[in-house]
Amino acid sequence: MWQAALLLPDPTATERLARALAPGLRPGDTVLLEGPLGAGKSALARAVIRARLSDPLAEVPSPTFTLVQTYGRDDGIWHADLYRLSGPAEALELGLDEAMGRALCLIEWPDRLGPLAPPEALRIALEPAGEGRKARLWGPAAWGDRLAPLLATAVGQDD
Amino acid sequence: MVGQAPLTLLGIESSCDDSAAAVMREGPPGARILSSVVAGQAQLHAPFGGVVPEIAARAHAEALDHCVEAALSRAGLGLDRIDGIAVTSGPGLVGGLLAGVMTARGLAAATGLPLWGINHLAGHALTPRLTDDLPFPYLVLLVSGGHAQLLLVEGAAAFRRLGGTIDDAPGEAFDKVARLLGLPQPGGPAVEEAAQGGDPARFDLPRPLLDRDGLELSFSGLKTAVLRWRDRLVAEAGGLRESDRRDLCAGFEAAVADILSAKLRRAIAQARTIRPDLAGLAVAGGVAANRRLRAALETEAAGAGLPLVSPAPALCTDNAAMIAWAAIERARAGLAPGTDLTARPRWPLDEAAAPMLGSGRKGAKA
Repeated sequence: MWQAALLLPDPTATERLARALAPGLRPGDTVLLEGPLGAGKSALARAVIRARLSDPLAEVPSPTFTLVQTYGRDDGIWHADLYRLSGPAEALELGLDEAMGRALCLIEWPDRLGPLAPPEALRIALEPAGEGRKARLWGPAAWGDRLAPLLATAVGQDD
Repeated sequence: MVGQAPLTLLGIESSCDDSAAAVMREGPPGARILSSVVAGQAQLHAPFGGVVPEIAARAHAEALDHCVEAALSRAGLGLDRIDGIAVTSGPGLVGGLLAGVMTARGLAAATGLPLWGINHLAGHALTPRLTDDLPFPYLVLLVSGGHAQLLLVEGAAAFRRLGGTIDDAPGEAFDKVARLLGLPQPGGPAVEEAAQGGDPARFDLPRPLLDRDGLELSFSGLKTAVLRWRDRLVAEAGGLRESDRRDLCAGFEAAVADILSAKLRRAIAQARTIRPDLAGLAVAGGVAANRRLRAALETEAAGAGLPLVSPAPALCTDNAAMIAWAAIERARAGLAPGTDLTARPRWPLDEAAAPMLGSGRKGAKA
């Protein structure tokens, strides 16, 4: 188990975190984004997607209404918002189980996944802290090997 | 089939959370809605803080069968009196689209009727011609739970996207602000009611992207600003007073109205450089029902010397009459029904447009 905590004082810090994470992510990875409404889950996902596409202006609309937005060649990135789902069965209908393991999946409101949440996923929890955000990242130890060096050079750690 | 007799079409729509069917008879002039049935779920799912989507295609298909039956029976017509079938084939949620397309294909196969695959956004964009006979070219502001677009409509199949949202749709912003403030769903009417008598100037709320040129829209930062004020008020006073909620809602509404009216003003100027003969403005989508917004848009229209058309709410929100109407428009323009109809979850209305920067813009909001 690896974990890291970060302070994100402003939106620029969120974007720096996303740019640091992006090269450490691969197709087949699942990133579960937790946190209340307005915590910045979509903003972080948007910045990760733009970094992965090497396109700082790529249009990344909220997936709240459409449930899933896909990006890149062969739908290489899935950005999902499961808030409107009532449970894992609906995530299956969406084809998320099939996408996880193939595409890079960025999933908001992952509690709807229930037992479908992959144990090897990277988890990121965001919560408001004053004018900024607190971010906690955790997952199996392999994530530390991949991400710790990237985070160390790009953002100051909270602890 | 396209003879002298006016067309009678069956429309089918299931691209979002609702299933709908309608029977429409061609004019002249315009067309008459013989029936329009929408099996809505919004109220049913209000406790969830948003509309729970029906993802399963089979559940959509069942609801559609009932809608089609009801639409035909209310129109007093059998399928033998129908000249063709129009179905929304994109953009939207894939389960619903598949159900609609399969239902339509099944009916067409059984009856030999021609089949039109219609873009959901084209249905919204052409509705002002159904309701008000608005001549081309005109500008449409489409604002709903899933979409925000500024479209220049030059013909039954000629649309230019001038701008749209880069993050949340405005209807989504209303829903989320309602969630943040403990108001019921759907958020549009709830926020509007709560805003009555509120002071829109008490809280300083941002107008994202107004300081920049261009017609892109953004609502995510506005939602976050409402959240920050809420948390500050809760921290200071231990809770939200009725007046706090009223003023926050009023401020939010005013910000949305400011953003949309300023962008509409810019869009009118841009549309006139493309089409100096711009004939009018239209607003469509559920958010168009908001009175503060409507008043702001009317002011812009008057300033530009253009008529503003805003169809009645039943035709502003998702329905199947607009889908049948879009097919009638296409038939009148001499466009043949499609031969290979498939569901297209991503289907930009403006197919001729240069791709947006990057390949990211592929979602159903395209």
